[in-house]
Amino acid sequence: MSNSDNIVFVRTEMLPELPPPATETGVIKWLRENLFSSVTNSILTLISLYIIYQLLSGFLPWLFGGVWTTSSLKECREVLDGATGGCFSVLTERWNQLLFGFKYPPDQYWRIALAFVLLLIAIAPVLFQKLPRKLMYFTGLFPFIGFWLIWGGTLMTPIVILVGIIAGYIAFTRLEHNSFAMGAAGGILTAAVIIWLGGFVTGSMSGFLALEQVPSRDLGGFMLNLILGVVCVSLSLPIGIALALGRQSDMLIIKWICVVFIEFIRGVPLITLLFVANVVLAYFLPPGTNFDLILRVIIMITMFSSAYIAEVIRGGLAALPKGQYEAADSLGLDYAQSMQLIILPQALKISIPGIVNVAVGLFKDTTLVSVISMFDLVGMIRGPILASTEWNGVYWELWGFAVLLFFVVCYSISKYSQWLEQQLRTDHR
Amino acid sequence: MKKSVLLGTLTVAGLAAGAAAAGTLDDVKARGVLNCGVTTGLVGFAAPDANGEWQGFDVAVCRAVAAAVLGDGNAVEFVPTTGKTRFTALASGEIDMLARNTTWTFSRDVDLKFEFTGVNYYDGQGFMVPADLGVSSALELDGATVCIQTGTTTELNLADYFAANGMSYEPVPIETNAEAQPLYLEGACDVYTTDRSGLLATRAAFENPGDHVVLPEIVSKEPLGPLVRHGDNDWGDIVRWTLNALITAEEVGVTSENLDTIAGETKNAEIKRLLGTEGTLGEMLGLDAEWAKRAIAVGGNYGEIFDANIGPDTAIGAERGYNAQWVDGGLLYSPPFR
Repeated sequence: MSNSDNIVFVRTEMLPELPPPATETGVIKWLRENLFSSVTNSILTLISLYIIYQLLSGFLPWLFGGVWTTSSLKECREVLDGATGGCFSVLTERWNQLLFGFKYPPDQYWRIALAFVLLLIAIAPVLFQKLPRKLMYFTGLFPFIGFWLIWGGTLMTPIVILVGIIAGYIAFTRLEHNSFAMGAAGGILTAAVIIWLGGFVTGSMSGFLALEQVPSRDLGGFMLNLILGVVCVSLSLPIGIALALGRQSDMLIIKWICVVFIEFIRGVPLITLLFVANVVLAYFLPPGTNFDLILRVIIMITMFSSAYIAEVIRGGLAALPKGQYEAADSLGLDYAQSMQLIILPQALKISIPGIVNVAVGLFKDTTLVSVISMFDLVGMIRGPILASTEWNGVYWELWGFAVLLFFVVCYSISKYSQWLEQQLRTDHR
Repeated sequence: MKKSVLLGTLTVAGLAAGAAAAGTLDDVKARGVLNCGVTTGLVGFAAPDANGEWQGFDVAVCRAVAAAVLGDGNAVEFVPTTGKTRFTALASGEIDMLARNTTWTFSRDVDLKFEFTGVNYYDGQGFMVPADLGVSSALELDGATVCIQTGTTTELNLADYFAANGMSYEPVPIETNAEAQPLYLEGACDVYTTDRSGLLATRAAFENPGDHVVLPEIVSKEPLGPLVRHGDNDWGDIVRWTLNALITAEEVGVTSENLDTIAGETKNAEIKRLLGTEGTLGEMLGLDAEWAKRAIAVGGNYGEIFDANIGPDTAIGAERGYNAQWVDGGLLYSPPFR
């Protein structure tokens, strides 16, 4: 008699695995834990659901019931016939005007599109360190290509300026070992002479690879916001760094110039600077001179944002412990080397959120140019489109579109900066 | 070196100033383009269409002047100006003339040193209210909230009118007409006040125009017209008489259609002088004999321009009213071409 005879029931194989109870898995568990974990939370959940439902039940029919093909608001209202729906046809009909302004020659739109694609390529190696470094050469060339594509004219103009700058740089490196100031002066002088001489060459070869010339006044739409944003951010970064360093300098005059500049610009609203650029300068300049309006605006916005960026970077510099400066000195590095190799990489890393903050704010501030009668995206909507007999009275669709465009750009900037902070994080947290 | 640069700049500045003083007419001819200031967008008066071509009642005046001076109604650089930048743009020489539904007032004419060259639209400030408010006269508006554009003469007129009638109001300041529409429709203000042409245009864009009434009271005189800088009377004469040519053309029955034939057929001497087949009026202006003919050919006479842009068949649907010819009981009264 074996033991097994006494035992009534012995399982000879393992039970199959059962799925966990319904309340402990999947959607139900998630709902229980996150939405209905207590009475109060359940009530709040229901209230939120109701509000979301209310919002969506108004918004979705408007979005999906929209009309896309009519050519005026009146026609659109006839098609809708009292039903809920947006008149999105204003976007399709005025699409080019919203993006490019109303005066850019339509057969030249490809230039803008090409410039935009090239901008993405040029900006990529700056943003992502893993890309081949040789792409940086293209980044350096892009400002000239972009200028040529957008404004047109002969390719000789940007080439001459490029040659001038390269020659200036070579002169700078040759003279730099004497002193930095002498190198800088020599470089600037060489560049100026070459650009001046090149002016004659350009004049005689005005047909060389010439694109149809587009005056600045004819730029508009979202393109104008992008141009202003990209140019001003990329110019104000180096200027801001220089100002921040200048403010910490031991040289009294330089220090005070920087302090006065920063404090003055920060004490004045941007809109005032824009009015100065547009209106007041016209009184000071001799009549008939046409100092390009976009250039004036770029200078003003760049001054404005570089003052802010300077303060952000000064914050980064101040956050570095004194030991870092002393360490750089003890290694025998001179000022330029210690800044370049030790101080700035750390200070800039600390300043990234602040810089991005300024950049996003600046990009949105470019819409202020609509106040001085430039037709950026907001200017186009407020002026020509809402004042046309066809579309007078369309609001939500147009402004919603503007919001969408700006949101996409600003949100991607902020996502990128979060990613960059992750990449640069070297401390142990 | 710095000094020479400075001197060079001054020389250039001096030369440029000298050139500007030579006269706007010569500048325009040398440039080949008329710089004309318009609004950044006002329904019926000036706005670019879907193709980017400027259209409108004020725009037509610019084109007529360009045609008279340069022989081409499209030789115009339209410079958009806001209510705040328009006068500096004209005073600084950025534009040659301003046609931006600007009210002719004493201080603008005298103190700001401009020369109004006539009136192309007689407007007046009115009030619009929702019909269900049950108001039939502006005198019943005591205590109302009023949407009003800042920096305009309408703001001052409103204050004067309510003070004169012992009423109070709550202003809701807005920047442009486009902003006023949604605010008014959402009920942020009981009353919207601006020039009557603007009220009609605004109401025409509503989903239910019948739900709103424009009150009968007109509380101000708003003569809108083109203007130029003080001190260049030759140029001022050209703009003034181009406008008068459009008005006279309607009075004597010259239209863009019969323009080519009427000069040969008519026995009316004024038509002949206007169209340059008789007399030397064009020469006196410093232009050629056919200046007025070209001006009329661009968009037609005053009546044709009115009908095409703001007349009863357009979205604005303005009646002629004060803007009829004097022979029809209106205020349009051009001095004779003689």
